Amino acid sequence: MATVNAEELGAPVIDINAEEVKKELLSKYPTKVARKRAKQIVVNEVAPDGAVPEIAVNVRTIPGIISQRGCTYAGCKGVVLGPTRDIVNITHGPIGCGFYSWLTRRNQTKPPGPEAHNFMTYCFSTDMQDEQIIFGGEKKLRQAIQEAYDLFHPKAIGLFATCPVGLIGDDVHAVAREMKEKLGDCNVFAFSCEGYKGVSQSAGHHIANNGIFTHVVGLDDTVKEGEFKINMLGEYNIGGDAFEIERLFDDIGVTLISTFSGNSSYEYFANSHTADLNLIMCHRSINYVAEMMETKFGIPWIKVNFIGAGATAKSLRKIAGYFENKELSALVEEVIAREMPAVEKVREEVKANCEGKRAMLFVGGSRAHHYQELFQEIGMETIAAGYEFAHRDDYEGRRVLPSIKVDADSRNIEELHVEPDPERYRPRLAPEGIERLAKAGIELSGYEGMMAEMASGSLIIDDISQFETEKLIEIYRPDIICAGIKEKYAIQKSGVPMKQLHSYDSGGPYAGFKGAINFYREIDRMVNSKVWKYLKAPWQEHPELAAKYVWE
Amino acid sequence: MKSHNAPYTSTTNACKLCKPLGACLAFRGIEGAVPFLHGSQGCATYMRRYIISHFREPMDIASSSLGEKQAVYGGGPNLKQGLKNVQTKYGARLIGVATTCLTETIGDDVPGLVKEFRREMAESNGHGDLPALVTVSTPSFSGTHMEGFHAAVKAVVEQMAEGGPPTGTVNLLPGFVSPADLRYLQEVMEDFGLPVIILPDISETLDGPAQTDYEKIPAGGTPMKDIQAMGRSRATIEFGRTLFSQETAGRFLENHFGVSWRPLGMPIGLRETDRFFQVLEELSGRPAASGHARERGRLLDAMVDGHKYVFGKKAVVYGEEDLVVGLAAFLAEIGVRPVLCASGGHSGNFAEAIAAVTAGLLPEPPLVREGMDFYDIAEEAQSLAPDLLIGHSKGYHLARKWKTPLIRVGFPIHDRFGGQRILHLGYRGAQSLLDKIVNALLEKKQQDSPVGYGYL
Ligand code: SF4
Ligand code: SF4
Repeated sequence: MATVNAEELGAPVIDINAEEVKKELLSKYPTKVARKRAKQIVVNEVAPDGAVPEIAVNVRTIPGIISQRGCTYAGCKGVVLGPTRDIVNITHGPIGCGFYSWLTRRNQTKPPGPEAHNFMTYCFSTDMQDEQIIFGGEKKLRQAIQEAYDLFHPKAIGLFATCPVGLIGDDVHAVAREMKEKLGDCNVFAFSCEGYKGVSQSAGHHIANNGIFTHVVGLDDTVKEGEFKINMLGEYNIGGDAFEIERLFDDIGVTLISTFSGNSSYEYFANSHTADLNLIMCHRSINYVAEMMETKFGIPWIKVNFIGAGATAKSLRKIAGYFENKELSALVEEVIAREMPAVEKVREEVKANCEGKRAMLFVGGSRAHHYQELFQEIGMETIAAGYEFAHRDDYEGRRVLPSIKVDADSRNIEELHVEPDPERYRPRLAPEGIERLAKAGIELSGYEGMMAEMASGSLIIDDISQFETEKLIEIYRPDIICAGIKEKYAIQKSGVPMKQLHSYDSGGPYAGFKGAINFYREIDRMVNSKVWKYLKAPWQEHPELAAKYVWE
Repeated sequence: MKSHNAPYTSTTNACKLCKPLGACLAFRGIEGAVPFLHGSQGCATYMRRYIISHFREPMDIASSSLGEKQAVYGGGPNLKQGLKNVQTKYGARLIGVATTCLTETIGDDVPGLVKEFRREMAESNGHGDLPALVTVSTPSFSGTHMEGFHAAVKAVVEQMAEGGPPTGTVNLLPGFVSPADLRYLQEVMEDFGLPVIILPDISETLDGPAQTDYEKIPAGGTPMKDIQAMGRSRATIEFGRTLFSQETAGRFLENHFGVSWRPLGMPIGLRETDRFFQVLEELSGRPAASGHARERGRLLDAMVDGHKYVFGKKAVVYGEEDLVVGLAAFLAEIGVRPVLCASGGHSGNFAEAIAAVTAGLLPEPPLVREGMDFYDIAEEAQSLAPDLLIGHSKGYHLARKWKTPLIRVGFPIHDRFGGQRILHLGYRGAQSLLDKIVNALLEKKQQDSPVGYGYL
């Protein structure tokens, strides 16, 4: 297949010194801004022990610098709670915040039957007006809850505060308690997730984790059948990813108790403490729940990654390893052996077209890391990457946790004090077990972060701005950039294909083995598209031709 | 406040967007402008995403990114820092500052802060090349995105237009119409030989060509010097029947500079377009170019041909008030009965405007409802058994539930391609709407038929 090479698009730039690039990126900023950004843009260097340079992250975006980030409310309502189909989520605030977080096809769900509750296509808001801003909105909120209850009889109602709510002093938690009492058979809980509270969505994830853990997890002690019971944390079923992962779990015979929160239901959360292992996909958004479950109920967690065929195989083996069960291991091997030939076939085909091409990923709080695997599998190199809302541990690994400074913004978000449950705490592993697993190479509660797995000399940029993205394109002319829809058209206007990784645009799933195949093909289509060649009309490319016609 | 018509306190599946979004769209239609939201960054991010996925174009909205501390102590310093960064980093020639619910609630005095900023900048580096700064107050707890849009247009005119020797130019304030509509309007004005200033003009800034080099601020938009000259134009045409009684930009130009104000309905369908063309003939002193006359003739011809398919069909129309008014006028003309006209807006003038444009054409007046959400619309419409839904993508759920065709118009269009290129205005727009409506009905008939005729 013919490919567009960089020459056709302008200056081909290879082997650029990342330090120089960093200087260039900073050169246009006023001194104060440049000083701040200098700590957020790092040239990677992986020491033999896996240590990487420190990066300043999770700090406020500079006013006026257009960022990818959303707000605390977006992280709480939109990301963590939103994908749960049977909770009525009411946004308490003016209409916009709720309207904009009305879910799209991004998060998919499969209700058990046509009659089962699914509120994901709904968008509930108190639509605050002047009157509430002046006299308070609690009354309207109470009415909204009552209405939702009367109309739908949901099992649970979540309340989400937006910026004005905190300022006018509405007590959403008091309203929740009162209405829960009044309704009797409906769990009502609230989140003080006003957008201004945190640096980014991340604060909202934390608030959501706290709320779900406090108000829902542990409400249902029914122990389900199944020898290997797990929870999947931080998997939001974008483009149907969770369905592909669930398929694999079914095949290897592990029982999925709950997913936080793709394709999820309120009842799964309530029952999630009965699982024996927590798997973490997106470490950033959900590690709090995993840690709290471990402290309170004794459930260990491991980091997994189902993005990439190799990573999927590795994660499945890790699960089998944890349960130390031969039959499970055998089944896992069987499934891998069954799935891989199809993957390999497409991979070879696509690799021939994509080898040596270069990608940049600026997205999310885990995706910029996970997707590097997929690119690697088709021979593409990640030359720069960064997250939108991650913390240092997601970049540098959990080893730096003790040294992370708690600033005013993080202090703002409550850290729940959790203790072992007097009745229900049950350590799943004895100390010998933990040791045995460690020897077998199965690390509990561990995450190495993104940087340790990236090449030395690659660029790491946190909370990249529009301006920096443009500069990078100019300098590197990458073959593809992964980011979100807000960045999409600006990047494509520069003649570089752009893959959306928040929602998958029209594609997906990309998780698991089938997902890997989808992704290889998608990237092949995008980086080898011929359309970019036609950006210039023939008469623009050869002006002398046009001139000749005129002259003749 | 929710309209007294609607029985519910809460809003379920809203049929409106928030006020600053409209302001940002309006600012985006000015050359060299960057919209700026004074508030927490989430609002800007959300609105960008919404606008981008409709237009499939970049849309930058800067934010003063307030945090908890500023929410308590005031956002002045952040606002000033933000303005400075937008000026230096993006080379903005105009920054349109809109407030959000947060800064309206804490009561930041944005015009005052901007004045201070101007002074401080002047002191620190002479006059420098400070961009023009326009401020508009857009609390979403009163009004929808359309109020925000009109408020921004008015703010721009109030803060920038100047008087002076009259020019022969005509101001055209089209409201929130599509890039395709704007290109059509330009063509029409040109054909009448009327020099025009269209404000705002998103025809290029939100529907630009593919390029090799990305421009931070896209080319196009109403030039600033044109906006300044608006006080010297000979007339202002302003679209939107629900605006007639309001303090609009057009009225301001008349009151302050004596520019004759010619408020009109959105030229959707035959008669509203006729009224528009009539004003243009009067202003230009010449008849419409033959091309437009022929378009009108073809439209009439198509109305006759299509009549048998559409006559007596019932439609539910929803969306921005003035768009719905125009659509209702058009539907009544082609023989479709708009049985419910609904909007999330609540100007108070909606019913009157609908009555005016459908007078004499309908067996009975349609239900007209302000301040509606889709839950209300569903309840009202179910018993009306509509054959058609006309509006933006957010009505899709109802269309699916009722197995009723949805004709997509307006904003936002998130489930189809080319929303920015939908033409609504003029004879040509009516023609294209008519074709779509007839075809949707034919397709439905075909789908519902057990036989599947290929010749209808
Ligand atoms: S706070 Fe107001 S301005 Fe911001 S998104 Fe919500 S409704 Fe819109
Ligand atoms: S008002 Fe606050 S909660 Fe709402 S979108 Fe803006 S930042 Fe987020």
